[in-house]
Amino acid sequence: MSTMSTREKTWWIIAGIAIVIYALFPIAWIVSLSLKAPADISNGQFLPTIFTWENYELILAGDAAELFLPALVNSFGICLIATALACILSMFAAYAIARLDFPGKKIILSTALAVAIFPVISIVTPLFNLWRQIGLYDTWPGLIIPYLSLTLPISIWTMSAFFREIPWEMEQAAQVDGATSWQAFRKVIVPLAAPGVFTTAIIAFFLAWNDFVYGISLTSTSAARPVPAALGLFSGASQFEDPTGAIAAAAVIVTIPVIILVLLFQRRIVAGLTNGAVKG
Amino acid sequence: MASVEMRNIVKKYGDGYPAVNDVSLDIADGEFMILVGPSGCGKSTLLRMVVGLEDITSGDMIIGGKRVNDLAPRERNLAMVFQNYALYPHLTVFENIAFPLRLQKVPDDEVRRRVNEAAEVLELKEHLERKPANLSGGQRQRVAMGRAIVRDAEVFLFDEPLSNLDAKLRGQMRTEIARLQRRLGITTIYVTHDQTEAMTLGDRVCVLRKGVVQQVASPRELYEQPANLFVAGFIGSPPMNFLPASVSGGRVRFPFGEFTLDERRAAAVGDRDLVLVGVRPEYFEDAKLVDDAKRDRGITFTARVDVTEWLGDAQFAYIPFEAPEEIVNQLRDLSRELDSDQLRTQAVVSIDASSRMREGHEAEFWMDTRKVHVFDPKTGENLTRDAEAGAELTRMAAEEREAQVAEARGAAAAAS
Repeated sequence: MSTMSTREKTWWIIAGIAIVIYALFPIAWIVSLSLKAPADISNGQFLPTIFTWENYELILAGDAAELFLPALVNSFGICLIATALACILSMFAAYAIARLDFPGKKIILSTALAVAIFPVISIVTPLFNLWRQIGLYDTWPGLIIPYLSLTLPISIWTMSAFFREIPWEMEQAAQVDGATSWQAFRKVIVPLAAPGVFTTAIIAFFLAWNDFVYGISLTSTSAARPVPAALGLFSGASQFEDPTGAIAAAAVIVTIPVIILVLLFQRRIVAGLTNGAVKG
Repeated sequence: MASVEMRNIVKKYGDGYPAVNDVSLDIADGEFMILVGPSGCGKSTLLRMVVGLEDITSGDMIIGGKRVNDLAPRERNLAMVFQNYALYPHLTVFENIAFPLRLQKVPDDEVRRRVNEAAEVLELKEHLERKPANLSGGQRQRVAMGRAIVRDAEVFLFDEPLSNLDAKLRGQMRTEIARLQRRLGITTIYVTHDQTEAMTLGDRVCVLRKGVVQQVASPRELYEQPANLFVAGFIGSPPMNFLPASVSGGRVRFPFGEFTLDERRAAAVGDRDLVLVGVRPEYFEDAKLVDDAKRDRGITFTARVDVTEWLGDAQFAYIPFEAPEEIVNQLRDLSRELDSDQLRTQAVVSIDASSRMREGHEAEFWMDTRKVHVFDPKTGENLTRDAEAGAELTRMAAEEREAQVAEARGAAAAAS
């Protein structure tokens, strides 16, 4: 970078700022909306004339709280469980795919890819019927299972890429040192794959967290309804009033955990833990 | 500590190609055995079969009197240093060295004592709390060795441990490994493609070519009495010169003149139209600088010097010679197989550094004919190999080693 001229540098900075503004503008808008009073919403200005916490009060303590708070709990619970399951299952699957030679390896990977790109909307109706008949409709497991179909394929793909990066000698060294295959996996491979596991977990969590179609179709009460579905059910104070402010406030609250997650783990995601494992 | 016996070991891969073919090798308790050969000769595969990372297609691997073919690596109690060290990057140096002990569930203070001991030997004391990523190449190498010596392994295995270090460090670590092995007296198998390591470290050296053992002998025997063309060309640097010649009645005619073989060698060779005469570079000398006492033991000849290389302590001269096409092709194949790339048929001769021979001019050389070997160009067999003299050299090396091991164990016993 030292060879870059001042001119070039300025251009990079300008371009960077432009991209950041472009990406963050909608979020800023949502935040601004969430701080506007109902009368202020369509005033045509970016900033509210009076800053108000009214919308947040409405969804956290007011009328909409009954709808929003249980949904928040549901979303967290369901997404965390789905992520944890996806991580554990995909860790074993990816290890096998990266390390072992077995027939059907290609089929597993391509099936996983096929599942990942399969349109959710086309299986939601049959699933709705099936779930109602076997009693999974409107329950946590009823959402966790379809969420696994979203999170598992991508987890297997990212994780097997990470496992392939780990030098095989690590594991062989562990075996020569007296470890069983399981010990080598647990004490050497898993710690080395930790950045991969974190990355995978975050991607999986986002996928589950952002789902709307399953959430709205497979639930009917606050027993299992996740936040994105609950947002769609907000209503205004009267039928002539849009709940825009409340939705914006809820959207901001829903975004916060995601941002925290990324900020918390970005070091781990980026860290190349295998540095120094081999010759340098 | 244990002996290692290999009985007719074969390794075939899926395509049926034998990477290791019918290798039988006995390695005595406390012996330092080198497996050497050009890349692709099966030396690493053989080592990995010893440690259990590679399945054995057929044959018996016996360690300490026990057949280990079907045992997992962890049940064989061997310690191995990998080419790229394979240190655990998420653990500190201390925990890296302690790793095998932790797996054996050794109590904490015992672990601390033994790791500290190993760190003392390897001068790693001040680095124990660091991560491998922050160490230099030589330090990583020592950590890998620490992990090997911390436990009471039956055999040490090294897989080209020095190939990732720069030349200077390699020399240091080489002496370090030699010192350590003598001190601990543990049976060691060491794989390398570097013949300097092979010659300096090994009690015995096993030369492999395409998965087949060519010769197992002490470094001196390999050098003085090579079994065939391959071993002769592989051991020694610069390599042995091979010159086409014909022999009749013990009289050898070769591009630089004629000389007579002694009775034993003449009888062994007989009369042949085409042989290869193997002469090491140091058997040559600038004729002007030869001692008169020595002059009678060789012949003198004149030849045109193509290039000279003056290195301060030594000097090499290159002398081109003519050879029949089949010999040229064969020598080219051989040098390709030995990973060297000698393009023309020329003899490399070592002359005194003070010699003022001039490039592109005729010069007079002297050649010591006493140690010249004669090879059959078809089979590559060394026709003049003196098996008894060779065996004597290896026997002497074995005696030396036994004395050293006894000394090391005596010292260890006295220390404890």
